[in-house]
Amino acid sequence: MSTLATTQPRFTTGIYHGKLGMWVFLASEIMFFSGFFGAFIVLRNLNIEVFTASAHMLDKTVATINTAVLITSSLTMALAHLALERGEQSKFRLFLFITILCAFGFLGIKSYEYATKFGHHIYPWTNTFFATYFTMTGFHALHVIGGIIPMIWMLGKSLVKGYPQEMHHRVEVLGLYWHFVDLVWIFLFPTLYLIF
Amino acid sequence: MEAVLSTEKHALAGGHAHSESFIRHYIFSTDHKMIAKQFMFTAIFFLFIGGAFALFIRWQLAYPGQPIPLIGKLLPSTWVNGQGAVTAEWYTQLLTMHGTIMIFAVIIPLLVGTFGNFAIPLMIGADDMAFPFLNMVSFWLFPLAGIIMMSGFFMEGGMAAAGWTSYPPLSAIASTGQTLWIVALFLIGFSSILGGVNYITTILNMRAPGMKMFDMPMTVWAVFITAIIITIGTPVLASALSMLFMDNFLSTSFFMPAHLTVATRDMSRTAGGGQPLLWQHLFWFYSHPAVYIMILPGMGVVSDVLATFSRKPLYGYKAMVFAIIAIAFLGIIVWGHHMFQSGMNPLLGTTFMVSTMVIAVPSAIKTFNWLGTMWRGKMEFVTPMLNAVAFVSMFVIGGLSGIFMASTPVDVFIHDTYFIVGHIHYVLFGGSLFAIFAGLHYWFPKMSGRMYNERLGKLHFWITFISFNCTFFPMHILGIGGMMRRIYDPTVYDFLKPFQPMNEFITISAIVLGFAQFILVYNLLHSWFYGKKAKRNPWRANTLEWQAPSPPPHGNFDTELRVYRGPYEYSSPDSVQDYLPQTVSPEELQEQNERHRQRLAQQEHAQPVA
Repeated sequence: MSTLATTQPRFTTGIYHGKLGMWVFLASEIMFFSGFFGAFIVLRNLNIEVFTASAHMLDKTVATINTAVLITSSLTMALAHLALERGEQSKFRLFLFITILCAFGFLGIKSYEYATKFGHHIYPWTNTFFATYFTMTGFHALHVIGGIIPMIWMLGKSLVKGYPQEMHHRVEVLGLYWHFVDLVWIFLFPTLYLIF
Repeated sequence: MEAVLSTEKHALAGGHAHSESFIRHYIFSTDHKMIAKQFMFTAIFFLFIGGAFALFIRWQLAYPGQPIPLIGKLLPSTWVNGQGAVTAEWYTQLLTMHGTIMIFAVIIPLLVGTFGNFAIPLMIGADDMAFPFLNMVSFWLFPLAGIIMMSGFFMEGGMAAAGWTSYPPLSAIASTGQTLWIVALFLIGFSSILGGVNYITTILNMRAPGMKMFDMPMTVWAVFITAIIITIGTPVLASALSMLFMDNFLSTSFFMPAHLTVATRDMSRTAGGGQPLLWQHLFWFYSHPAVYIMILPGMGVVSDVLATFSRKPLYGYKAMVFAIIAIAFLGIIVWGHHMFQSGMNPLLGTTFMVSTMVIAVPSAIKTFNWLGTMWRGKMEFVTPMLNAVAFVSMFVIGGLSGIFMASTPVDVFIHDTYFIVGHIHYVLFGGSLFAIFAGLHYWFPKMSGRMYNERLGKLHFWITFISFNCTFFPMHILGIGGMMRRIYDPTVYDFLKPFQPMNEFITISAIVLGFAQFILVYNLLHSWFYGKKAKRNPWRANTLEWQAPSPPPHGNFDTELRVYRGPYEYSSPDSVQDYLPQTVSPEELQEQNERHRQRLAQQEHAQPVA
């Protein structure tokens, strides 16, 4: 009885813990943003004029660029995982670095948007549209930051002694999260900027 | 016999091999059993705080304006007036904090945190949870949130006072205590979600070889379904709390109507245009399912306890599973029945009424199956069994009084009266808490490795059961009589004055009820250190946790596990014993039966001589 049956990892579903757990967590994340979208629908129907007028004050060009930046980061994230799975350390490092760069780029552009709004004396308490706008994009930005932190950790690890290839599943799980963050933005962008 | 000894030795060696520092073992532990104990002791601590708050409330209702006996003079001046009587401001804080603490810091951590953590890996034959580190984080968010919530005491305006439902606009304009309440609840929600993700992954992925989903004990099924509700429902509360926080802290207008004037707060920045009802929808979208988060694991525990001590298979195992799934599903679509009096379209109200009534069907399936389980069983009335039977009977009363509230015409009359207070306590105390008592005693031998004191256990049960009914049953009558749910002083209304003796009776019963809980704590703590050593399987139960040593070491099991059958093979004709553990292989079973037959034959052979 050197090793016990119960101490060996077991994946009854055939999906490893991290991936399964992340899917369940993402399900709960969808519900988190659903709350905001629900509130958005209710408040928009109550204040349709305010919402239309305010939405036109948002900068569509900047937001479109930002969308492109974030989608690019999703692509490079997937490429980074692929590279690590194949054992190509330098490619993994490069793609992960581009992902981090894009993520910071997204945050930078978002901050610029926020700063412009504050410059025009537009704050979350200005009206219900901007309350939803700042809350939804703010929580999305928090999720972006939540993704950047493990990415930097992984990049640091791979710079020091190479990221172990057999741990590529961690990159995959982070990738799942990152695609979700991207997807939330894909919903936020038309909802806040385009439909009015 | 030798095989057993050698495995026990192995377990001891294994236990020592895993020796850890004090901090890793007792404080920042990633072992699911230790985390379960941490949840348990923290929640019991909060049980006494919440209970003390309830007694202050009861004192004020029975003897309004009279000083609190013994400790009234010692309480801070923000709580009591010069004579030591409860002030109106403190009374609203008491109501809010009693509800919040009991729901979020007692019932959910005990049922989901304690039993979920302790029972899941042991009952499915896993060595730990899928994410032990997340599990630790999930626990530590809970005391942190508790401290943040209670620290409202040091703020101007005291703790949160907008009720546990915290309806805006009141909660959006309230003081710092309310802001802290929002932050604390957000953290508790996050802790719940982490736990939920962990439970779902563990149950789906880490079952012992041979264990199918329909071989799982009801406790595991119930916690599994509960974890799904938690993962779906809690994030909605989190987003609602985020918006309320924005309203409260940054003066946004998610829930704030236009042109609201408040004497105590500068409202010039608040733009208005929000919808107070939106909060109620979002809040109840979580908080109605939360009612089921607080009862479903209890139903699972009780199903296991009833089958074990009736020495009979659980009646209708699959029906029980599907009933839990049905309750969970219906529970998510009936939140509107909390809002019948909030200004709802009557047609929508009817929809919610009908869907609520439908919950009676799966609930009745469960109740009758419990009765069917006990029917003509060989019942053993030990403490867990007594508490489980109390759960069934109290749940029936709580469920039936729920139907009154669910029907819109009746609800017009009894809404926000003591009838709803009676109802919720029959479900949450009579239901959930009795299930918790059942589970605590049932798994105590496995948790601590020692037996609890049966006499004290029974004493605690009977005092609690009687004083519980004396406390909460008269509340239905008060409610029909029109006594309001959050009233500070019932004697200011003439029509409530005749009820004052009943209020005094309730308060005296409540004091007995509160102090009876010290018996429980004494029994648990004393037996933990000085109780009789427990065997592996003191209840002769079938489920996997009883195959592990008591208490199980780090890594839980010392034998290889394989599951051959469902968890409820009691009094099976296949076995000579009255129980048939899930892990006994058909060959072992044949051997056992053969040995037993030989022993019988020898006895028969010996008898004629005598």
